[in-house]
Amino acid sequence: MNETLKSLRFTLLAVVAALVVSAFIIVITDIEALGDGNFGQAFSTLGTAYWGLFKGSFGSLRAISNTITGATPLLLAGLAVSSAFKAGLFNIGATGQMLAGAITGLWVGFAFQLPPIIHVPLALLAAAVGGALFGAIPGALKARTGAHEVITTIMLNGIASFTVLWLLKTELFKREGRDDAISKFVEDSAKLPKLFWFMGKRIDLLAHTGFIVALLATFVFWWLLRKTTLGFEMQATGFNQEAARYAGMKTKSLMVVSMAIAGAFAGLAGGSEVLGLYGYASGSVAGDIGFDAIAVALLGRSTPIGTLVSALLFGALQAGGRQMQVDTDVPIDLIIVLRALIVFFIAAPLLVKAIFRVKGDAKGFGQTFRGWGG
Amino acid sequence: MTAAAVPDRVVSAEQRKRARSVGITYLVLAMVCFFIFTRRPGDAGFRITETSQFTLPAQGFGWALGIVLVAVAAAQLLRGFGRLSNVVLALATAAFFMSFLAWAAAGDSFSFVGMLQDTVSRSVPITLGAIGGILSERSGVINISIEGMLLAAACTSAIAASLTNLWLGTLVGALTGVALAAVLAVMSIRYKVDQVIVGFAINFFALGVTSFVSFRVLVPNRDTMNNLLPVTPIRIPLLADVPFIGTIFFEQTIFVYFSFAAVALATWGLYRTKWGLRTRAIGEYPKAAGTLGVDVNKLRYRNLLLAGAVAGIGGAWWPIGIVGRFDQNITNGRGFIALAAVIFGRWHPVGALCGALVFALAEAVRLKIGNFDTGIPSEFLIMAPYVVTIIVVAGFIGASRAPKAAGQPYEDQ
Repeated sequence: MNETLKSLRFTLLAVVAALVVSAFIIVITDIEALGDGNFGQAFSTLGTAYWGLFKGSFGSLRAISNTITGATPLLLAGLAVSSAFKAGLFNIGATGQMLAGAITGLWVGFAFQLPPIIHVPLALLAAAVGGALFGAIPGALKARTGAHEVITTIMLNGIASFTVLWLLKTELFKREGRDDAISKFVEDSAKLPKLFWFMGKRIDLLAHTGFIVALLATFVFWWLLRKTTLGFEMQATGFNQEAARYAGMKTKSLMVVSMAIAGAFAGLAGGSEVLGLYGYASGSVAGDIGFDAIAVALLGRSTPIGTLVSALLFGALQAGGRQMQVDTDVPIDLIIVLRALIVFFIAAPLLVKAIFRVKGDAKGFGQTFRGWGG
Repeated sequence: MTAAAVPDRVVSAEQRKRARSVGITYLVLAMVCFFIFTRRPGDAGFRITETSQFTLPAQGFGWALGIVLVAVAAAQLLRGFGRLSNVVLALATAAFFMSFLAWAAAGDSFSFVGMLQDTVSRSVPITLGAIGGILSERSGVINISIEGMLLAAACTSAIAASLTNLWLGTLVGALTGVALAAVLAVMSIRYKVDQVIVGFAINFFALGVTSFVSFRVLVPNRDTMNNLLPVTPIRIPLLADVPFIGTIFFEQTIFVYFSFAAVALATWGLYRTKWGLRTRAIGEYPKAAGTLGVDVNKLRYRNLLLAGAVAGIGGAWWPIGIVGRFDQNITNGRGFIALAAVIFGRWHPVGALCGALVFALAEAVRLKIGNFDTGIPSEFLIMAPYVVTIIVVAGFIGASRAPKAAGQPYEDQ
């Protein structure tokens, strides 16, 4: 428990350090105020900005709902990156896998008419399978030909985005009366229920039960790593592929299975966005989530709990950032800077220790990704 | 020649598998020729200069190439081409590419030389980014942050060049790359932080700060801080007069010449000098190098800063070499393509250049061919570079071996 507290303290200090550096950036880019020598105004902008950041992420039920809404896909996609890291694979392809899951989930969502109790799980299952199949491709390519997953997942992201843009314009998917890449709506029976349904008709509470799915997925990831042979073998392969093979593990099929599992998580992320948040799909359904998910996984040290906490943190920053942009002229892009700085400071506990003169052991990250491998 | 005495059949299982997949690829290409490239009637004009062009009958060429490819596939599968196999593969790929262009442009014409010229120009940031990657990874530090270096340098060089001149702008771009490389170096060498994490943090930081600055500073001050005239091409006397080749390679901006020079210098440096030997040694087996008196960490610092400078100049290509301003996320993932080019080229500068050219060619083709209504959705043309890269990597390159020590901090004994 003491260990957890210590790492929590470092996380907190890292967040503080990141906020301080960002404050500096906000002030020095306030050219107009500084040009007039009006430091007071520059600092009051800063105050309003950070107050907006807090208010927008935790200040009200609506803010909390927004935080959860933002965290849901980040958590699922983050698990996709974390689980691949555990197997020694660098999955940059969460974007493509999300898109695959979004499309298959969408199709099941509008093509069938079923009672919700069957329709929702079926659509989610389809999303997971879609993501898993797409995720398995780089795994299979690496197992069979040795093609590096960093190259193939980057390329598959491009292939997925343009395939989706094309698919959404085909007769099967396109919305009546629209020529751009935007799909039909899914059936109501396939929609994920709202998380705060008991609050009555509050349409501003966007959070949906995709968050419950994400929590369950986090538990599955934990269970996989801790309680199953497959999880053990995945980690052994990730730790030392040669040794794992020597110990009789089928490292090549493990590669494919690990990438399929990662893809399933990312597919669920895409599916829950379509079925829970939007109700349809467009070309931007995956956005930058697949990329941000890498930061989530790195920050969470690829562990189930770590990924959960960092996804919530990033979700909060995103929700707060939107409020900040409304309240001041500070653009939401600051959130990307904040995220980078937090990752940076948490990755470098020695630096945080030096800045804050904290005593005690600063444990480093260790290695997430063991070189480019063979 | 003793080569004839060595029977071709002594090959490993791995090679046999590769030979078979190459043969199957020829068959697939032949099918594409028969079923797609023969579908559009008319001649395709490949413009060489303003006034001259050569024409290819799209359908006839498609049929002829398809038949030739079937024959080549048969020969490849039955007995193979021995040491000529790579030459045959290159020729077949080139012919297939010509047939594709003829099919796309059938009944019309397009500037063939202009497309190739564009290819060379577009390869610059990918090549320079990749050299930055090679220099750091060869010395044992994984460099995921190429994208961040390109992007940040593009932003600062645009501002500096708008306020002063193009030379200072480029210099500021290079220094920006050096600054980010210094962060990567200190964090990964001194503090032994995971190199992938630092690299990604740098990417996010660069994306965030440049978007932030672009929105908050550059948009309101567009005319004074983000407005410049990019460099003009320099004709190299004599060489530029060589028909065809001259226009493609020797009527380019200084960035292109710098990029080719960088490839040549990096290759020579890495394989022909003491510095190169030491660099490769600390990337493969730092302990041995350290035992023999090489200051591993000092050399890593130096090489990383150099890598940052090269990538920074690559980033300056956007505002100063072509566009004339900075836009939010102007690099749009090119740094990751550069990373792919590093792996694609097996950590060799010339290999990375080839990777960069393949990708740039695909991009240039899309821009030139995109206007023709081929009956195939434009999305599929746009994704062609990605598909080609996967096929090349999975089919022909396979596993590439990274510098062994890349990713591991070095501890002085």
